[in-house]
Amino acid sequence: MRYHVVRNVYAYLLLLPAFVFLVGFTHYPAMATLLDSFMSTPRAGRAASFVGMQNYQDMLADPIFWKSAINNLWFALATIPVSIALSIGMALWVNDKIAGRSFLRMAYFLPTVLPMIAVANIWIFFYTPGYGLINQVLQALGFSSQNWLGDPGLVLGSVIVVAIWKEAGFFMIFYLAALQALSPSYKEAAQIEGASAWYFFRRIQWPLLMPTTVFVLVNALINAFRMVDHIIVMTKGGPDNASSLILFYLYEIGFKFWDQGYASVLTVVLLLILAVVGLLQFFILDRRTHYQ
Amino acid sequence: MNHVLTKIAAATIGLCLSAAALAKTEISFYFPVAVGGPITKTIDQYAADFNKENPELNVTPVYSGTYQETIVKVLTAHKAGKPPTAAILLSTDTFTLADEDAIVPIDNFVKTDADRAWMKSFFPAFMLNGQFANMTWGVPFQRSTVVLYWNKDLFKEAGLDPNTPPKNWAETISMGQKLTKKDASGNVTQWGIQVPSSGFPYWLFQGFSTQNDAILANPEGNQVKYDDPNVVAALQYWVDLSKKYGIHPSGVVEWGTTPRDFMEKKVAMIWTTTGNLTNIRSNAKFDFGVAMLPEGKRRGSPTGGGNFFIFKKAAGPEQEGAYKFAKWLTQPERAAQWSIDTGYVAVSPAAYETPALQKYAADFPPALVARDQLPFAVAELSTHDNQRVTKALNDGLQAALTGTKTPEQAMKDAQAEATRLLRPYK
Repeated sequence: MRYHVVRNVYAYLLLLPAFVFLVGFTHYPAMATLLDSFMSTPRAGRAASFVGMQNYQDMLADPIFWKSAINNLWFALATIPVSIALSIGMALWVNDKIAGRSFLRMAYFLPTVLPMIAVANIWIFFYTPGYGLINQVLQALGFSSQNWLGDPGLVLGSVIVVAIWKEAGFFMIFYLAALQALSPSYKEAAQIEGASAWYFFRRIQWPLLMPTTVFVLVNALINAFRMVDHIIVMTKGGPDNASSLILFYLYEIGFKFWDQGYASVLTVVLLLILAVVGLLQFFILDRRTHYQ
Repeated sequence: MNHVLTKIAAATIGLCLSAAALAKTEISFYFPVAVGGPITKTIDQYAADFNKENPELNVTPVYSGTYQETIVKVLTAHKAGKPPTAAILLSTDTFTLADEDAIVPIDNFVKTDADRAWMKSFFPAFMLNGQFANMTWGVPFQRSTVVLYWNKDLFKEAGLDPNTPPKNWAETISMGQKLTKKDASGNVTQWGIQVPSSGFPYWLFQGFSTQNDAILANPEGNQVKYDDPNVVAALQYWVDLSKKYGIHPSGVVEWGTTPRDFMEKKVAMIWTTTGNLTNIRSNAKFDFGVAMLPEGKRRGSPTGGGNFFIFKKAAGPEQEGAYKFAKWLTQPERAAQWSIDTGYVAVSPAAYETPALQKYAADFPPALVARDQLPFAVAELSTHDNQRVTKALNDGLQAALTGTKTPEQAMKDAQAEATRLLRPYK
């Protein structure tokens, strides 16, 4: 009995350092945010007071919040499948024995290495009306020049393309590693049986890659909801909030408008979204995933 | 092991002792960089020179990113109880800083006649954004204004006098029509004029609204007039440049690429900050001119840029030291050199009388345009809860420029939102 107590204390002492950091930087802030979301924003001479669900009601009545949430939904729906499909395609390609393979791998991975702020500044010039790279190509093909970042109908698509470009190469690395871990005997067996490349992918590679896909999916979803840097650089949420995402709006509320109460509400909502998404993936998708 | 510890302890005690022996007043000074060039080096040099002249003070300049990053750092530090002694922040953040109880009025330190004379030495237009409730909360340091740049070569090609920019709204249209070029398939290859509208369109829009004889906010900063008929008409004019006259690109025009568009000859006239002067001068491969903004019912342009603020939670002697540093920074000779190095407008008329700036202006007359426009300049839009009230206008402007709302509707919506936000400050 005493031996057990000592061992437990010992174990907890070993866990303590990590626990302190986890509580200090994750659990305490999350709880404090939850509490702050029921309080008004303290201003000079006016301390924060309990306002109940007022901040939440304000959020539901805020058209910019809804706009950002819907934008974020489209952002996630567009970036995740496309970047996963692209990354698998690229991984399959550079997994084969082709000339210049290392160069191709590096080229695909390059966007991940570049700092987003610098990249976004370069993309601004790609999208520039008139002489920007994309418009020059369009005009050479006989189309008319578009104001990609200045048109509310095009801006969200334009920032989605940048996000996909940035992410696909990153995910490719995971798929490439997973493909290389697959035993070559599957491929040989498939060839002997005369399976087509598509059948081999659909029936063998894709199911075996499922653990990687789950991992990538979790990451892609988290990324979709924490995408903020290139929005700040490229559009600042404009024109008229057409490219505003939840985290960007949260940043504006928190650090430009200094509205602590409302920012806390948005943080709670964002945390809830991520928690639900995470739980769904771990409990539903995980069960259907075949681990080797 | 013990030996090493003893040595470290001894060294620490030694450091503490030497610091105590010198007993310098430590002044931390946060500054943002918003234009090109080796700005940090210049500021570090200023601090070193100041510290040499004032051995009892020690100013430590801290480069703190953009204006936005700087105010985030400063206000977070203020809320944690330990702000810097002084900082350069947007002059429009005066209300926000005062509402957070973060700053002290500069008047607190004005005691002698020399102090009072110094407070009167600035261009009045630059003092506007730093003053409310009969007090001055910040003094001008790096200030700018909007001006018109025009490409003289393209004017010549279009059969216009290369030395005469448009004087008023009507001439902007008639000249713009001559300067707009299309290719065989009807695509515009060269625009007449471009006024950027990404990020902070309200600032450029203040040019139009002021020229149409409307002031967007009251000096108390608790009321705006976004839906004033003159404001709506000014927005209509901006929208029409593109929609009706076809001399301005449609949709939102990116602020960052506008100088580049000008240098690539994609546009004959642009509106942008005086802070781009040095950039355009070194990169444009053609002859260009700088002029005051064209006249509507009157001349007008907003001011912009950063003021020097002193923080409330800093200790008294530190605040006094920061005040001394502010005075030192804005002496005419230094303000003149700062203007030459950066393109910012020098903050006092006396700076323009210095030999350095006179010589510079003789070589490069466009450097004086911003100063000459100052008598027509108005305060930059600034209210309580500033960034949010401004966002209401920005969203409305972009909605009108992209055609999702009419100017009337856009300004009506912006007004409703701003009125709601400003209610607590009435």
